[in-house]
Amino acid sequence: MGKTLFDKVWDAHVVDKIENGPQVLYIDKHLIHEVTSPQAFNELRDRNIPILRPKQVVATADHNTPTENQHLPVKDELSRNQLEQLSKNCKENGITLYDLGHKYNGIVHVMAPELGITQPGMTMVCGDSHTSTHGAFGTIAFGIGTSQVAQVFASQCLLLQKPKSLRVNVNGKLKNGVYPKDVILYVISKLGTNSGTGYFCEYAGDVFENMSMEGRMTVCNMSIEMGARGGMIAPDEKTFEYIKGREFAPKGDEFDKKVAYWKTLPSDADATFDKEYFFDASDIDPMVTYGTNPGMGIKITEKIPEINDASFEKSLKYMNFQKGESLINKPINYVFIGSCTNSRIEDFRVAANYVKGKRKASNVTAWLVPGSKQVEAQIIKEGLKDIFDEAGFKLRQPGCSACLAMNDDKIPQGEYCVSTSNRNFEGRQGQGARTILASPLVAAATAVEGKIIDITKHLN
Amino acid sequence: MEKFTTLRSTAVPLDIENIDTDQIIPARFLKATDKKGFGDNAFRDWRYNKQGEINNDFILNDPTYSGSILVAGDNFGCGSSREHAPWALVGYGFKVIVSSFFADIFKGNALNNGLLPVQVSSDFLKNLMSEITNNPETIVTVNLEAQTISANDGNLSQAFDIDPYKKTCMINGYDDIDFLLSKKDAIEAFEVEKQF
Repeated sequence: MGKTLFDKVWDAHVVDKIENGPQVLYIDKHLIHEVTSPQAFNELRDRNIPILRPKQVVATADHNTPTENQHLPVKDELSRNQLEQLSKNCKENGITLYDLGHKYNGIVHVMAPELGITQPGMTMVCGDSHTSTHGAFGTIAFGIGTSQVAQVFASQCLLLQKPKSLRVNVNGKLKNGVYPKDVILYVISKLGTNSGTGYFCEYAGDVFENMSMEGRMTVCNMSIEMGARGGMIAPDEKTFEYIKGREFAPKGDEFDKKVAYWKTLPSDADATFDKEYFFDASDIDPMVTYGTNPGMGIKITEKIPEINDASFEKSLKYMNFQKGESLINKPINYVFIGSCTNSRIEDFRVAANYVKGKRKASNVTAWLVPGSKQVEAQIIKEGLKDIFDEAGFKLRQPGCSACLAMNDDKIPQGEYCVSTSNRNFEGRQGQGARTILASPLVAAATAVEGKIIDITKHLN
Repeated sequence: MEKFTTLRSTAVPLDIENIDTDQIIPARFLKATDKKGFGDNAFRDWRYNKQGEINNDFILNDPTYSGSILVAGDNFGCGSSREHAPWALVGYGFKVIVSSFFADIFKGNALNNGLLPVQVSSDFLKNLMSEITNNPETIVTVNLEAQTISANDGNLSQAFDIDPYKKTCMINGYDDIDFLLSKKDAIEAFEVEKQF
């Protein structure tokens, strides 16, 4: 029987197996940040255990960083302390850190791929559930808890049950104005937030084959929102082309050798999956969420479903929405374009393309937060910053920002925010804040109009 | 890690589905660099309003209910991988979480902190939820060795699954680092073979 992409990568990393129990999986790359690593460093220090392979660990500061005045000392004392701990821990242990202000600093799931750290066939982990992003390269990448961060520090391995396999197929041609974010919000709205729990998901079909690497990252990023530990897309010429020439990409003959190996990774034609779903691209429209989990999504033209269920009703009450109502024409005062889901250059090109020649609505506070210093530089280089400036938008500095609102970028209580991030949980963007997840296009249109509009009427 | 064998306790019913780790511990409390103190902020935004006043409608603020077992709706612990969630639950005083479904990362994080996730059928959860809601003094017994959960003098009882390796770890208070360090030779041999 054929093997899946996931099987091939997983099996190549099994060091040992416990009978009727977990397997010892070798981890190639370990990404860390300031929020979920300090307790792991402490654990090793307390137990006098050295970090086994510091050269396979890469650190960045992203979750708890300001998006303004990054050249100044961080004002919040607890945040500053956490960032200082990261610097100190990395220095003591010989770990490369792209600290605040460094030209390679950025959100961990944006900066690692752009530096060529993420490569097909690898196993990668990070103390962050959106590590699934890196699966866009045909990488087994998943989020871990802090105890597991300590385990990888100590042994470069993890003890894991091998997950089951799931494949989501989307075939056909996407409509104009439908972006990778809409594709994944659509899939999650159909499958629910726990359909993938216990599974690793492969995305297949011509929609993903035709998608850019950045689009694939957006899709894989949100795998965790349907419960899957990770998502993967078979590496192809587009993948190899993306990696080629990047800072940490293999060079010369070594690159060619790697490509030859990477080409063996896609799932065999006769591979079987424990679960498989099929969707038609032509059924996908621009999407928005109306509730407090990412599975509560509808096409922008649809009405909120009428479901009689206590959890569903609790969710609508929090959002102050009614069953059967449309979100079109809802006044919106906050827009966030950023996060590890949608803060790459293509996302800002989409937004800039829409706002060019228009003005931001006066009622809207819009935060445009690039995913990394490199994305920020590219936005300036391509003249997108000028477009945003002219339209009344202000570009901020890179970081996780209002996606989880650990820093000062918080949406006020009761306010709606149309956000390109990944989670619409209660209070995620600030206490009492109400999040509506959408693509960069829908977010940009909302910022210009000051309300949600039927974007499908504005497309050719 | 603390050892776990059997627990007898009253239980708190939290009949809400899809409780994500942002609810268990909101992100603004993740700035600490140690594992202590998160219990004070467990379910912070459900326990208190923005002005810091107690929300009397929330079950954890109802003195009728107490105990070290939390019985919660389906898909508990979804969302962020933050291990601060089990730290907060343990810090608050819970030793067992019962639900009909747990998110993967949360389940692993809980087990790594001596917090036992007990997965039961939807019907059993419904019956247990109703039993403890109506009779707050009901004692729930969780026996890890026998892998059973029971209440109401055994009238309500179900077996639960747990990975045998994790069961051994919980009963003996072992953690994965000890085990992984014992595999160091195999790991180094693997690295040579794979030319890392």
